[in-house]
Amino acid sequence: MDAVLDALGDRTRRSILERLSAGPVAVGVLADQLPVSRPAVSQHLRVLKEAELVVESVAGTRRLYRIDKSGLRVVREYFDRFWETTLDNFAILAEAEARDDTRKRGTGNRRTKKG
Amino acid sequence: MDTESDSTVEVSRSVSVPLPQAQAFELFTTQMTEFWPKEHSISDAELAEVVIEPRRDGRWFERGVDGSECEWGRVAVWEPPRKVVLLWQIGADWHFDPEFETEVEVTFSAEGPDSCRLDLCHCNLQRYGDSTEQMRAIFDDPAGWTGTLAAFAVLAGVQAAAGD
Repeated sequence: MDAVLDALGDRTRRSILERLSAGPVAVGVLADQLPVSRPAVSQHLRVLKEAELVVESVAGTRRLYRIDKSGLRVVREYFDRFWETTLDNFAILAEAEARDDTRKRGTGNRRTKKG
Repeated sequence: MDTESDSTVEVSRSVSVPLPQAQAFELFTTQMTEFWPKEHSISDAELAEVVIEPRRDGRWFERGVDGSECEWGRVAVWEPPRKVVLLWQIGADWHFDPEFETEVEVTFSAEGPDSCRLDLCHCNLQRYGDSTEQMRAIFDDPAGWTGTLAAFAVLAGVQAAAGD
């Protein structure tokens, strides 16, 4: 999780992922498209690879990078994030309902509960 | 890690709410529309309602604003007020697949008369790994993985900016 957050917490790396989402791209092409040097692009790709967000393959003399689509890690991240949001929403709804109940009890009789 | 595909993959989340157990169970199973992230719809129609039929083998589906219904899965276990297990049968292509099953197991534990903990486990996510081709489809779908990844990236950026 941390590796993914770190990997995505950089503007250049997010730009790289955006470009890779259209299909495999070579390092040189990425370096041409981005305002950073080729060694810097390679360094960013290494971080993305360690986070299992991209994979590399060799085509002739070129190294191609693509988004790691087979990684279950992405599935995990996705559902973890999804349920976090959903349960946060649920807690907010439950707290509102608890407040309503307290209010009703408070007006119905004097034994108002705190919290 | 690559070894992950050989074992089970699951996601667990817990939350405590200031409601009695039975009320928390009821809220979760009858008011899902109210807390479900609206953009998480697999129908062409805009999401109007999320419905869990309150019984074993009940349907779990979304109803669109146009009245159309779109299956998500089924109720595998119905044990109010303690436990509900929903079968999430949405494949990697964002379509209902009756042959595909992952389990969303939700248990409610009383922590006091007016307090309850909800434990959720979305289990057997490794089954998504069986369909690499479909994973590609989902990833290439702007409403699917790419959109989620973009949203995730924005979030990660915010966290990074906050110095986390």
